[in-house]
Amino acid sequence: MKKVITGNEAVAYGVALSRVQMIAAYPITPQTTIVEELSQMCADGRLKARFIKVESEHSAMASVLASCTAGARSFTATSSHGLALMHEMLHWAAGARLPVVMVNVNRAMGPPWNIWNDQTDSLSQRDTGWIQLYCENNQEVVDTIPQAYRIAETVRLPVMVVLDAFVLSHTAEATEIPEAERIDEFLPPFHGRFTLTGRQHQSFNPIATPDYYMEFRHKMQEAMDQAKEVVRDADERYERLVGRGYGMIEKYNWDGADTVLVTSGAVTGTSRFVTDELCREGPPVGLLKMKMFRPFPVEQIREVLGGVPKVAVLDRGLSFGHSGFFAGEIRSALCREKERPEIFGFVTGLGGRDVTPGMIREMIRYTREKDRPEGDIIWVGLKR
Amino acid sequence: MRHYQIPAVELLGPGHLACPGCGAAVGMRLALKALGKKTILVIPACCWSIVPGAFPHSAIDVPIYNTAFETGGAAAAGIVAALDILGDEETTVVTWAGDGGTFDIGIQSLSGAAERNDNFIYICNDNEAYMNTGIQRSSATPYLAWTTTTPAGNPKERPKKNMLEIMADHRIPYVASVTIAYPEDMIRKIRKAKSIYGTKFIHLLSPCPPGWRIPSEKVVHVSRLAVRARVFPLLEIEDGERYTVNVHPDAIPVREYLKAQGRFSHLTEEQIDEIQSNVDREWRRLLKRTQFSSAVFDVARR
Repeated sequence: MKKVITGNEAVAYGVALSRVQMIAAYPITPQTTIVEELSQMCADGRLKARFIKVESEHSAMASVLASCTAGARSFTATSSHGLALMHEMLHWAAGARLPVVMVNVNRAMGPPWNIWNDQTDSLSQRDTGWIQLYCENNQEVVDTIPQAYRIAETVRLPVMVVLDAFVLSHTAEATEIPEAERIDEFLPPFHGRFTLTGRQHQSFNPIATPDYYMEFRHKMQEAMDQAKEVVRDADERYERLVGRGYGMIEKYNWDGADTVLVTSGAVTGTSRFVTDELCREGPPVGLLKMKMFRPFPVEQIREVLGGVPKVAVLDRGLSFGHSGFFAGEIRSALCREKERPEIFGFVTGLGGRDVTPGMIREMIRYTREKDRPEGDIIWVGLKR
Repeated sequence: MRHYQIPAVELLGPGHLACPGCGAAVGMRLALKALGKKTILVIPACCWSIVPGAFPHSAIDVPIYNTAFETGGAAAAGIVAALDILGDEETTVVTWAGDGGTFDIGIQSLSGAAERNDNFIYICNDNEAYMNTGIQRSSATPYLAWTTTTPAGNPKERPKKNMLEIMADHRIPYVASVTIAYPEDMIRKIRKAKSIYGTKFIHLLSPCPPGWRIPSEKVVHVSRLAVRARVFPLLEIEDGERYTVNVHPDAIPVREYLKAQGRFSHLTEEQIDEIQSNVDREWRRLLKRTQFSSAVFDVARR
């Protein structure tokens, strides 16, 4: 069934299709309409779930982790400062190996207050042990949530599904809602491996001495490594059942490209349009869409970017004192390659500043014309 | 007071890591006797995060869910929601938190859960300071008490937060205070809490031998003095307004309670008199509320 829905409505459909049993969430712009839609779905019985209207995002995550430990498939959604408030509990989610799924609507961090889009909120949670998947459009949002549960429940790590504020969250697009039976086939009911109602004598998240702690962390890293295969498998199965797949990364307009533009999230759509145009005008420009940020698809990046002369990375977030998040990660992934591309790290679109086709063209022109970038960060669209 | 037999069931095993004479160890043992096996314990950071033992050991024979310091209310709410959707109607969810996790950092999630009237028992194990980190003041620390962050020359300058009243004002169905010196009273109240739907708050005064500067064998004695001196009245508040004082103290001087503890050894006679007048005022206030509530409910019953 095709519907014209916003990104946030797509989230709610994805949650309902995943037969989530417990939701705890707190409203924050621009995530709010997710909370509203899910409340409505629970109220009118379209979704058979308990919804705890918590008093903060910190409590939302704490409740969701507890309910997941008790054996219920659990969900929450947040954005920006709400995500930052949850930060402590994100470590608890991953450390406790809980397969919860959270949607984060990417919004800039304050101060100054800003409700518009950039990726700093989610990217600065990169070291909490969550798998992170970024969506390009509303269709990808609805398709990614059931995939996220399948991935989370297979590797027992939490998954964050990320979409852009307003550009997706509040923008309606024609979106295919998969049939519930298809998703049921894809995502079996949740059975926690260990639950609170299991054996009597069980202690969850107890203190672990230096004799044990490192092994817990080692297992998390193993799960992250395993996740790459699981993400691939989930995507392929989903594609077989539903007809759409996305991959961890996606190559677009690649053949013969001397320059590759790397993007993530909704700006990928604009970038597709620009690279299509440029390919018609002259030498082709490749586009690499990053869907997965954690675990970072290092091997795939090495494979596809290894022989490319120049790579322009479009970052909508910045690790202060270093560089754009994606540019830094890609440099690190390629540092041992003999044929290393020159990485041009562009930072743009912070706090909702529009990233126009003209700006993307300018980044590609700069990358083609210069032998090397002037610094690790090239600011685009900055008023001086 | 009517006496109840204390259940023989032991759900706290030997080998736990509590200090000798720990009031919270006796408190947990009694609480588990009252709660029985079909219990899930939620433990935010407090002494009891350590006491059951480190991974892979546990001295407690019910499932424990350890959670972050400020999440005692929210985590219990999550478990209750999950049990509800999964159809488990037998298990009682019980949060066991310290005074720091209740009066201070945890008050938000506790208040949130109480406002929603989520169905669980919250037991505050109140040892009147941050004892797990080594005796730093909390908002449960009494007026003029010594702690390592309120040293004798600069003792705590503000009275203890009245958590019982704060919780009662949420209009939750059941709020009660207990001590290990009155075990039958404690077991009766926890069983009563278990039989009521909604958020139940149990305030357990839990003397800490190293923190209160008392000998290990004096914990029950000091608990009893707290009740007798009217420092810690044993009471119940139902639906936020029906008050019952369960033990009518013989009103020993508060001096006897204070002198039994090293944490008050710096007090001057004037300060002891001031504490006495504070205790008397609080007691009169409690009696007024009790009389008012019985007057109102007597009228309502007629």
